[in-house]
Amino acid sequence: MAGERTTTETGVLGWIDQRFPVVDFWNKHAGRYWTPKNFNFWYYFGVLSGVVLVNQLVTGIWLTMHYKPSAAEAFSSVEYIMRDVEWGWLIRYMHSTGASFFFIVVYLHMWRALLYGSYQKPRELVWIIGMLIFLVLMAEAFMGYVLPWGQMSFWGAQVIVSLFGAIPVIGTGLVEWIQGDYLPSDATINRFFALHVVALPLVLLGLVVLHIGALHEVGSNNPDGVDIKKKKDANGKPLDGIAFHPYFTVKDTFGTGVFLMLFAFVIFFEPTFGHLFLEYDNFAPADPLVTPEHIKPVWYFTPYYAMLRAIPDKLLGVMVMGAAVLIPFLLPWLDRSPVRSIRYRGPITKLALAIFAVAFVILGYLGLQSGSELQKLVAQICTAIYFLFFLLMPVYTKIDSVKPVPDRVTMHD
Amino acid sequence: MAAESVNHGRRRFLTASTVVVGGIGGVFAAVPFFSAWKPSARAVAAGAPVTVDIGKLKVGEQLLVAWRKKPVFIVRRSEEMLATLPGENARLKDPDSQVEDQQPAFAQNVHRSLRPDILVLVGSCTHLGCSPKLNAEVRPEPWDSEWKGGYYCPCHNSRFDLAGRVYDGSPAPTNLVVPPYRFVDDHTVVVGEMEGAA
Repeated sequence: MAGERTTTETGVLGWIDQRFPVVDFWNKHAGRYWTPKNFNFWYYFGVLSGVVLVNQLVTGIWLTMHYKPSAAEAFSSVEYIMRDVEWGWLIRYMHSTGASFFFIVVYLHMWRALLYGSYQKPRELVWIIGMLIFLVLMAEAFMGYVLPWGQMSFWGAQVIVSLFGAIPVIGTGLVEWIQGDYLPSDATINRFFALHVVALPLVLLGLVVLHIGALHEVGSNNPDGVDIKKKKDANGKPLDGIAFHPYFTVKDTFGTGVFLMLFAFVIFFEPTFGHLFLEYDNFAPADPLVTPEHIKPVWYFTPYYAMLRAIPDKLLGVMVMGAAVLIPFLLPWLDRSPVRSIRYRGPITKLALAIFAVAFVILGYLGLQSGSELQKLVAQICTAIYFLFFLLMPVYTKIDSVKPVPDRVTMHD
Repeated sequence: MAAESVNHGRRRFLTASTVVVGGIGGVFAAVPFFSAWKPSARAVAAGAPVTVDIGKLKVGEQLLVAWRKKPVFIVRRSEEMLATLPGENARLKDPDSQVEDQQPAFAQNVHRSLRPDILVLVGSCTHLGCSPKLNAEVRPEPWDSEWKGGYYCPCHNSRFDLAGRVYDGSPAPTNLVVPPYRFVDDHTVVVGEMEGAA
């Protein structure tokens, strides 16, 4: 019949498959998505970020059922959810803890890409789309943090929106345009709510589809950085590849189980995580006239915040912070090494990666502190290291020695 | 229709003119969505001037009021406080208040105010908008061993003197803003409007 697709399936599945390529889709992304068999611990975090995303969507939708996006009611509506809504405390803590866990798994996911060169050709687009997801996630997290309208929500909004005020000429007008007022106010919280629950999640989901689509087009990298498509059997299946389903769906289900145990532990026993996930100043309602003694962003922004503070100049500080967030976009072109994985790279690259990681963690710590002169100096040094890691990469990855990369992936069994 | 008969010139013209006209329409259609983000009429109206009674404000004390929802500091400075101002000039970014947007013309003087004793400032740091704290005592502070009294911003360590002038080395680029204000009588100040201007 004209227009109908041919299929070997019968029954309901056959009826659908004649009209929509459901079987092809399943095979391309699961049943015959050939995944390197040497995936290790680091390869859990992609799936886990998907798990956290679903958690955020579901708990977020439930929170909107009781939350009031207005300066007058927001704070008390969150307290209402915590005290009077049945299981409201659980749903709210799942959402707030989920936000921090989102950044934990995403940072580890990005670290995995650094270790194994997963951004290198042909996965440049996978990396760039991933970086876009990271940017949207930062905006999403920031606006979500404003919604409870506590002291830290208000002053966090004030500082972050004021960053745009550093732009010459249009800065002041731009800040008022973003806020819809002279200060963060009712108009601000209302529009941040719209962006947080509708606009940005839509963008985020679209980018996630593109991220996975781009990945499945070129295939997954692996801890050896070996291209498994180079060695195929007679049927065109990579010798080192195994089907994503059932092999990795089962492995990832196990990993998800362990992850959910940790997640549940924090939700039930330490939801503020020593005031890192939820800061104590945010348990006081927003007061536009009085800044808390010590304001700081949530932990996942502190590395960048420390860089902002390290520069004693408004415009320059904002530019450094912006550049720090954007420079990883260039990674696929900064890395000139002929090998992908850290396993076959030379000592200079290994050392650079280690120093970079330490500097980033130190910056994260310093961003939480009040900022003495010594801390400022250390932050300046770590900021320099952060940028030198990227800017010198074309040099040190080129001159560094490399070990021979095997033809096939290595297994320990 | 045979391929030879395609009029490429007309096709290009139609495509280009559609893109241009559609693009212009798109820009106009974007205006309402852009403008809807601007401060609304209600937000602008809520930014009306506020009248403050400073009759009970004692020497050396600060009154905190809200104008356009922003914190506004009103301080009755003592003679000693005013005496510290000229001595700080060398350590300041803009000792003579030459950046014009930061104060009305009437406050472009040593004490940055209409009346020497009464200081009126918008209490938002010119760095990233936190509200600086008044530390009026002359004593060594963690951020400055020769502190003569002034404002310290807890967020990013910006320092200002008792006229709201910013110290060198602060991330804040400019002095604190002096809002437009006028005195109705000795103990009543209106923040948000000034003599000779609407």
